[in-house]
Amino acid sequence: MSAKFETRDIVIPGDLIYEGKIRTGDNTYREEENLYATRVGLVNYGKDRVTVIALEAGFIPLVGDLVIGEVRDIELGQWKVDIGADKNAILTVNDAINKPFRSFLDMTRILDVGDTIVAKIVDLDRSRTAILSILGRELGRVHEGFIINITPSKIPRLIGKKGSMINMILRETRCQVTIGQNGRVLIHGRNRSDEELVVKVINKVNAEAHTSGLTSRIQEYLKKIKEEKK
Amino acid sequence: MSKTKRKRKTSKKKVRADGRKVNEIRPTTIETGIIPNADGSAYIEMGNNKIIAGVYGPREMHPKRLSKPHMGVLRVRYHMAPFSVSPRRSPAPSRRDREIGMVMVDALSPALFLERYPRSVIDVYVEIIQADGGTRCAAVNAAAVALVDAGIPMKDLVAACAAGKMDGEIVLDLGDTEDKEGEADVPLAYMPKLDQVTLLQMDGILTAKETMKAIEMAIEGSKQVYEIQREALKKKYGMTEEESGEEETSEEAPEDAPEEKEEEQ
Repeated sequence: MSAKFETRDIVIPGDLIYEGKIRTGDNTYREEENLYATRVGLVNYGKDRVTVIALEAGFIPLVGDLVIGEVRDIELGQWKVDIGADKNAILTVNDAINKPFRSFLDMTRILDVGDTIVAKIVDLDRSRTAILSILGRELGRVHEGFIINITPSKIPRLIGKKGSMINMILRETRCQVTIGQNGRVLIHGRNRSDEELVVKVINKVNAEAHTSGLTSRIQEYLKKIKEEKK
Repeated sequence: MSKTKRKRKTSKKKVRADGRKVNEIRPTTIETGIIPNADGSAYIEMGNNKIIAGVYGPREMHPKRLSKPHMGVLRVRYHMAPFSVSPRRSPAPSRRDREIGMVMVDALSPALFLERYPRSVIDVYVEIIQADGGTRCAAVNAAAVALVDAGIPMKDLVAACAAGKMDGEIVLDLGDTEDKEGEADVPLAYMPKLDQVTLLQMDGILTAKETMKAIEMAIEGSKQVYEIQREALKKKYGMTEEESGEEETSEEAPEDAPEEKEEEQ
């Protein structure tokens, strides 16, 4: 019954992080009452479980996630959408226009290959393929803006405590930002230079996500760039 | 002959052609995250070996018929650049390339949770820029680090090192000339924390006793490589270790996320 690291220490796959009975949190696995890490990350010893906050991780679809994806293929009655997960997600006609599929329907008029969409994951099938829906406010095809990719596990950091980080960025730059849980961020501002500023800032958040006091540092960084422009 | 042999065995500090001790690995450096386009990547220099590894996935598998319905598939492409050896080597994938690719799959897959990725594939591309003997071990080392860098969950790192016989003596981590002129070569891959061997090959002839000694030596060598791999992975987040003491409470709040996204201006 003992912790092998301090909370917020960096661990590497295979590191023994806890000896004894405890619940396994994210990015850990148990073998004979020993807990090991499965990803590089910062270990967190909670009350009743041990988790590793991953520094590198792919996107694991969960029901309710808002994602940004690209239409890759059209099949009978459904689109295949790349959302950065291990398998393409499925969007059925029913979840796109709220009407059943009819054979005379021209699906390319609704969404074509190459279109970018903002969608919500409504279900997972038995092999954990995501089922999408674009019915709802602010869902559907994206017409303009920038899309950048960051590590999906760093999305919570970009949002910050109760949205502190992202609200600060929005306030300072006056851009619209849609954050997909799959690590894609859609930025739409009034002009190109505003958008590029947000891209810069988000890339900085991505690179320094594991450090402390990030929100205030980003705020200073933003001010510095703005002054340089003037 | 036997006299000289005995003399060599007694002197532990015997130096090899490149000035190394019998149980010393070549100078090794590993860097991670060198290919931004890949999900994960690593570059290793092990002696004069220079190898780049890139990892893509887990992603949809093409051709689809090769995917497995109940588990993921690990694919490794081992390839030597035409200029990696002298004389020039044909860039076409050879029988040897395919074999080493297969051997690397077997060496790396015990460390992965492939059952978590049904119908998907994890692709590992290994490119040998410069070869200097023991490329398969160096390639396994780079690939393991690249897999971690890609954020693929792993049971343990995989570290690899070879041992062999040269001038009647068991030596660690053979270089190119030692490999070619020596009597035997035993490449071995090892999961240090789980204490499991995932790859063991032998080329040449060794007695049972010598084989055991070579295996033990290669495991020791793998542990040394493992420390270098650890350092390489930590180096990418260099700031964390110093700052970890004075961290404020975690700002991670995944459950807040869905609401916050709606707050747009």
